[in-house]
Amino acid sequence: MKKIEKARLPELFAALNETAALYLPADRDGVAAFTRWQEGVTLTEKLNTVRSAKDLFFPQVETLANFKTQGGTIEIEDAARQDEDFIVFGVRACDLRSFEILDRVFLAEPQDTFYKARREHAAIITLACNAPEETCFCTAFSIDAADPQGDVTAFLTDTALCLRANTEKGENLLAKLPLSDGAESEIAAWQKQARETLEKLPIQLDLSGFTGERMMELFNHPAWQPLSEACLGCGTCTFVCPTCQCYDVKDFKTKDGVQRFRCWDSCMYSDFTMMSAGQPRPTQKERFRQRFMHKLVYYPMNNEGIFSCVGCGRCLQKCPIHMNIVKVAKTLGGERDA
Amino acid sequence: MQVKEKAIELLSSGKVSRVLGWKQGEFCYDLTPAVFESAEEVERSFVFSPLAGANLAKYLIAESRKEGVVAAFLKPCDSYSVLQLCKEHRIRRENVYLVGVPCEGTVDPDLLRENAKGLTAVREAGGTLVCDTLYGEKRVDLSAVLLERCKVCKSKKIVVFDELLGENGEENPQSTRFAAVEEIENLTPEERYAFWQKELSRCIRCNACRNVCPACSCETCVFDNAKLGTDNKAPASRFEEQYFHIIRAFHVAGRCTDCGECSRVCPQKIPLHLLNRKFIRDMNTLYGQYQAGADEESLPPMLDFRMDDCEPSAARGGKQA
Ligand code: SF4
Ligand code: SF4
Ligand code: SF4
Ligand code: SF4
Repeated sequence: MKKIEKARLPELFAALNETAALYLPADRDGVAAFTRWQEGVTLTEKLNTVRSAKDLFFPQVETLANFKTQGGTIEIEDAARQDEDFIVFGVRACDLRSFEILDRVFLAEPQDTFYKARREHAAIITLACNAPEETCFCTAFSIDAADPQGDVTAFLTDTALCLRANTEKGENLLAKLPLSDGAESEIAAWQKQARETLEKLPIQLDLSGFTGERMMELFNHPAWQPLSEACLGCGTCTFVCPTCQCYDVKDFKTKDGVQRFRCWDSCMYSDFTMMSAGQPRPTQKERFRQRFMHKLVYYPMNNEGIFSCVGCGRCLQKCPIHMNIVKVAKTLGGERDA
Repeated sequence: MQVKEKAIELLSSGKVSRVLGWKQGEFCYDLTPAVFESAEEVERSFVFSPLAGANLAKYLIAESRKEGVVAAFLKPCDSYSVLQLCKEHRIRRENVYLVGVPCEGTVDPDLLRENAKGLTAVREAGGTLVCDTLYGEKRVDLSAVLLERCKVCKSKKIVVFDELLGENGEENPQSTRFAAVEEIENLTPEERYAFWQKELSRCIRCNACRNVCPACSCETCVFDNAKLGTDNKAPASRFEEQYFHIIRAFHVAGRCTDCGECSRVCPQKIPLHLLNRKFIRDMNTLYGQYQAGADEESLPPMLDFRMDDCEPSAARGGKQA
């Protein structure tokens, strides 16, 4: 365990940024976001960012290729992959779990080389939680918010930032920083208090009913109608979600060719997976159902029972009508009215 | 009579077949709009409080096209949205029963949560919100956590109703809702551009602002129309900064009642109301006072043509560098 006084955080960030481009959660006009560090940028006081850390590996928009026409020829230019190292500081345990979930999608064959390059070039410094909010339910997915992993784990106590390397990459990184020696015991009380709070979080979910065997029963559940009734189909829940992974590929006509890009898509949208035969999910009920069935049933069926929700609570905070995965899970699980 | 009791009475007397309202959430602030079909359902989970911020006017477009009469509870600002939608023949007035509810302001859950971290429950005591949190009890002034639209409320008058719960209020000509618009007008074009770029570059194009907006009720939005080639779901090439929001503001000009829903729902806290208010203010100065949704008869400024209308050049200007 290494440490640095809290007052010297700017120095630490500068030193980290010396080794590779540093991103950290900072306030931008009152909204916390992963931000490229520069002199003067400080760590947010907020528990988590509005957009998740997923953005750094799977950005909302990215160019895949450029096609240039000249006379009768077309020149195809592949877009560059990430080729420089970068550091992400301040990833919460929930967002860290989201990387594992995304990895199973993007790193399965055929691998997504854009995503892969970013994953390989990143060093991740997680930040343990000791002041969760009422919307947090990471505990439902056996995530230990008081001791997340990553290349390095950081613990911010009242006086110091304690850092523990978990990987070789993390060891090498810490060796380059102006740190003094610390001991596990320094965070023991802090961690104990964090765990006590985590234990009494108000959202307790029983997800045992969400199994592959019950897929059709859940799919045909009458509660989808009332649950989705007020949904605006806006897609906010999918865009702030750290595990939502759907994208669309589009062409943008430029002066002398075509720019092919991908952008996040949302199952909540009317043109999602639109085919020449039409829209397979004709009303908001089916679109809404897709999002939750994917998180709670389809993804786990394909991935050894791992749910693709991490309990970060972003959809609880940001849905304009306050409909969310907790209400859905409790309703389908029989704990509350639709 | 309280809102919940009224909902029960309307359903049990058979006066209406459905009630549009708010359903209890996990916490105190996460109420979901819902349609209630029986008094028992209302009894079980209907809630009305200063945390019922959502304007339910837009739901009446679809609800008023179903069998039977649906009841809805309207805060003053919601009533403007409803009347505007009636004026546009979007809501079928004969199929809705409107109950006006006087309002002292609705709470911004984000602001409340910031002031009471780990918020689990809340009670109102006078002008104070007593909050239970994971970290103990917190007292917060109600006036400090109101939504922006409520802090500058334009009118406490309920403009359309079949029945009122309490006294109707008045318009508030003293509202300072245009103050921030004036401040921006006083910037140079470069400063103004920088301001909007800073704000709009946070946009994630989630469409919450558009989808919640009662004025955005087109069957297919121009930004979703693949057949026209105008569809767009990526905030690429600075599109957001330059087009989406400005086009949307134009599309609702003269119909936007300034209900404040767009700013309320924006996950990125973009002050979208400033764009709409700029349009409202311009229309007021260039074409005469007009409040969308205030009545059903007057011609909207964008549909009205008079020989003495100003020339487009009158709208240019602003402070030059
Ligand atoms: S579904 Fe909601 S709580 Fe779960 S990971 Fe996504 S945003 Fe977070
Ligand atoms: S959900 Fe868990 S890991 Fe994520 S911010 Fe909350 S307490 Fe921390
Ligand atoms: S669930 Fe909420 S955030 Fe998601 S699309 Fe529906 S209204 Fe929007
Ligand atoms: S709600 Fe906010 S973030 Fe979403 S599209 Fe509108 S302005 Fe952009």
